[in-house]
Amino acid sequence: MGVEGIGARVLRKEDKRFMTGKGRYTDDMVVPGMKHAVFVRSPHAHARIAGINVEEAKKMPGVIGVLTGSELKADGIGNLICGWMIHSKDGSPMNMGAWSPLATDTVRYVGDAVVLVIADTKGEARDAAEAVDISYDELPVVVNAVEALKHGAPQIHPEASNNMIFDWDLGDEMATNDAFAKAVHVTKLDIVNNRLIPNAIEPRATLGVYDAAEDHYTCWTTSQNPHVARLVMSAFYNVAPENKLRVIAPDVGGGFGSKIFIYPEEVVCLWASKKTGVPVKWVGDRTESFLADAHGRDHVTHAEIAFDQNNKILGLKVQTIANFGAYMSLFSSSVPTYLYATLLSGQYDIPAIHANVKAVYTNTAPVDAYRGAGRPEATFVLERIMETAARELNVSPAELRRKNFVRTFPHQTPVIMNYDTGDFDATLDAAMQAADYAGFEQRRQQAAKRGKLRGIGMSCYIEACGIAPSAAVGSLGAGVGLWESAEVRVNAVGTIEILTGSHSHGQGHETTFAQLVTERFGVPIESVSIVHGDTDKVQMGMGTYGSRSGAVGMSAVVKALDKVEAKAKKIAAHLLEADEADIEINNGDVRVVGTDKSLPWFQVALAAYTAHNLPSGMEPGLKEGAFYDPANFTFPGGCHICEVEVDPETGVTEIVQFVAADDFGKIINPMIVEGQVHGGLAQGIGQALLEGTHYDASGQLLTASYMDYAMPRAFDLPSFRILTTETPCLSNPLGIKGCGEAGAIGSPPAVINALTDAIGSNELSMPATPQVVWNAIQAIK
Amino acid sequence: MYETKYHRATSVEAGARLMSEAEDGKFLAGGMTLIPTMKQRLASPSDVIDLRRIEAMKGIVISGRTVRIGAATTHYDVSIDEELAKICPAIVSLAAHIGDPQVRNMGTIGGSIANNDPAADYPSSMLALDAMIITNERSIPASDFFVGLFETALEPGEIITAVEFIAPDRAAYKKFPNPASLYAMAGVFVARSGDVIRVAVTGAGENGVFRLIDAEAALASNFSSAALDSLIVNPDGLLSDMHASADYRANLVKVMARRAIAEIANRPM
Repeated sequence: MGVEGIGARVLRKEDKRFMTGKGRYTDDMVVPGMKHAVFVRSPHAHARIAGINVEEAKKMPGVIGVLTGSELKADGIGNLICGWMIHSKDGSPMNMGAWSPLATDTVRYVGDAVVLVIADTKGEARDAAEAVDISYDELPVVVNAVEALKHGAPQIHPEASNNMIFDWDLGDEMATNDAFAKAVHVTKLDIVNNRLIPNAIEPRATLGVYDAAEDHYTCWTTSQNPHVARLVMSAFYNVAPENKLRVIAPDVGGGFGSKIFIYPEEVVCLWASKKTGVPVKWVGDRTESFLADAHGRDHVTHAEIAFDQNNKILGLKVQTIANFGAYMSLFSSSVPTYLYATLLSGQYDIPAIHANVKAVYTNTAPVDAYRGAGRPEATFVLERIMETAARELNVSPAELRRKNFVRTFPHQTPVIMNYDTGDFDATLDAAMQAADYAGFEQRRQQAAKRGKLRGIGMSCYIEACGIAPSAAVGSLGAGVGLWESAEVRVNAVGTIEILTGSHSHGQGHETTFAQLVTERFGVPIESVSIVHGDTDKVQMGMGTYGSRSGAVGMSAVVKALDKVEAKAKKIAAHLLEADEADIEINNGDVRVVGTDKSLPWFQVALAAYTAHNLPSGMEPGLKEGAFYDPANFTFPGGCHICEVEVDPETGVTEIVQFVAADDFGKIINPMIVEGQVHGGLAQGIGQALLEGTHYDASGQLLTASYMDYAMPRAFDLPSFRILTTETPCLSNPLGIKGCGEAGAIGSPPAVINALTDAIGSNELSMPATPQVVWNAIQAIK
Repeated sequence: MYETKYHRATSVEAGARLMSEAEDGKFLAGGMTLIPTMKQRLASPSDVIDLRRIEAMKGIVISGRTVRIGAATTHYDVSIDEELAKICPAIVSLAAHIGDPQVRNMGTIGGSIANNDPAADYPSSMLALDAMIITNERSIPASDFFVGLFETALEPGEIITAVEFIAPDRAAYKKFPNPASLYAMAGVFVARSGDVIRVAVTGAGENGVFRLIDAEAALASNFSSAALDSLIVNPDGLLSDMHASADYRANLVKVMARRAIAEIANRPM
């Protein structure tokens, strides 16, 4: 490892502009003639649109256009779709209701977009939006997924009878029932995984520009995957052919999944730009983020786990009702299915698993992937029920887990996944040692003297990153492949540009991707630039989500670097009159092994472009591309241990210790990985203790601002102890497993296990606010 | 935000005159509630009359044990006043824990009590300290001033110029913050002057700040947190929302009251 190569704690190159306020975000983009858009959104959770009158609004000062869904439809713009087909257990395809980018006949959640107003200024657009007169006939509302499935519940889409989108099974039900028949002990648990609102620091925004002279569209947008945005808008929404549509996702201020999806706003603003002849910018305000960004989680689950007389797991049964909200967002269907039920085996050797998932429409904001996406929900089910079982069986939580760990690899689970590597004892041992688990009882007694209830809890999680290979996900219903592309351009002076289909919206790719190049050629990191986020520059890519940029995106870079290195060596061998096999590239020098014959890197690059003296038949230039399609998922795993103290008088929980021991495989930049873990833990602890999404019975979002939605603050969090162990992933060239979501996946059950241990009651829902904890304590008094 | 006319008053008289001339004016005394409300288009005053720059309304004057705080004094200025800290540390500590640094540097005591947000901190101190609210027209005892949710005894156009109170022998304020907004979900201000004990509660009452008479009575005979052990705070009349039920708030009121008294007991004179 060099000072800037793989494994080095290189400071983030991008931070200078972020920390000094010089980032370039979508809202910073200004083009000549640009106008400002405001969406008129439904104030009702469910209503028929009786009429839309835009005449007054059109007369307001500064107004350029007031556009409706019927005009959008007339121009042939398509409905929004979900891109992952799930079939119910009876073989029928999922029941997807229509999602018009602007509602025409029915609105289905508070925040549903109905009319677009464009004006010279945002203030004028707001004024005109208030003058739009929409009359609604209110319809009955259902916000709770369990209620929505009941007979007689309000019907949200005609396509989905009783609001059921699909009724899906994974695993062998018969074998699982047989396993339960042999059980000596069965633990049962009802679990709610609370709905979360993502809250990226940068609200969503888009700028649509139609160039009539070129018949060409440009879309600036806050996207985690601009290429998929282009593909979907072109292939399905009929906005423009791909060669006429450029999508640019510049600096993006956080996504956490919520910016994967193609939302109505991008589609409508692009179309509106052509319709009105002006560039149209929309920047969401914070309230719109709360109302209309895709939310996360929202599962109601019943789980049962069966043990034999030796406390070995015989089987697991899980029934989950997943709230999808009012429409099927782009990847919504994959989240509670192939990203959830496939992870239910966790770190354990479980012979039989059966999961049933019912996906349900409700009159709430659409729900889709949010940091972890399905894996936090699976981990919460499994790690809560394991902790509960340990208490029922009167064995230590660590020993029950150890008894059931997978120890031989590859390991085929009963729910599709094939784990390549891992060492679950190593992460458990590391975490227990760092947490001084053995000393806990003493700490508990000391806390009791201070009037505090102290508890400890653990979570041994596994997750699956870098969803792949493309053929496999295709067979499971994915509408896209999940490979990644890269191009390495060596300039004539030896500086290097890496073009990647991955997208950085906080991850630090400009640093970590450059570290790969520095490691390979020994060139200074400042001479490497990363290009991403623009469909005109990077030909095609699949974007960043699911902790895939390292495992998949970097692997594509490695493949392209291999090709560049091979060609550079051929050129150098020719120039140095040596055998190609004897050339090595080190510290910016290209040399013949065991001799003093060498060339500086830039001279090899220059030779490729002057082309005065190349090997016979070689094309000029030094630029190579690659597509990388992984052979398997990667499987990061680890152990989180949380220790809490509860004030029984108020129900306030203080996290007094949090240890995360994670196996991310090979690590490129430990500092950035630690930052990812810190952020993930903050989000997981936020889910466990603070973040509650509340709709009232009429479908109004009660937690639509920071006055009522509690995001974690620094004082809510302890100083984390982060440890890593390493079993390199076998399916990619760097051995990377991925680290972006682990914190949010592993931590919620660790927190709740610690809290339930502290208060002596297992009846505790998330978020475990002071009120919730106090109620739980009162209930057992 | 809708279009509005901004005026910066340089004297109390000018502020009153500007208001009388405005079609639908609003005083701005920090704007920590008014400005966000206007930005959300939930308020649309024709004129905003800023009182925050009126020099005569700023600053803290202490004579003997009488404290006069100008209505345009920011929370920050109260929180760092060393003389005030010597004779009434409780109100200094209260000010130091309002909102965040931005709010403390913009918000004022006059703005806070004129708005009378049921979860604001200052009203509890005014009531417990038996303060006098001084306006450009008259002086109003705190017990008459706070009428209900966001409702005070102020007449239209009336300007709070200062608050005045006698520093108590002992006092403390304890609040339990809402986990999201950090506003008080239950804030209890306890003040003792000789045999007179006043306990005022903010954040919990359906009608805003109120006195906890039962606790005052219990403490009069035995000024210790143990005196409140058997106190039952009636949840009737307390706020109940998604963050805290009335029962939970009743518990918090009792716990915060006991902690305030414990703090008084533990603090050197």
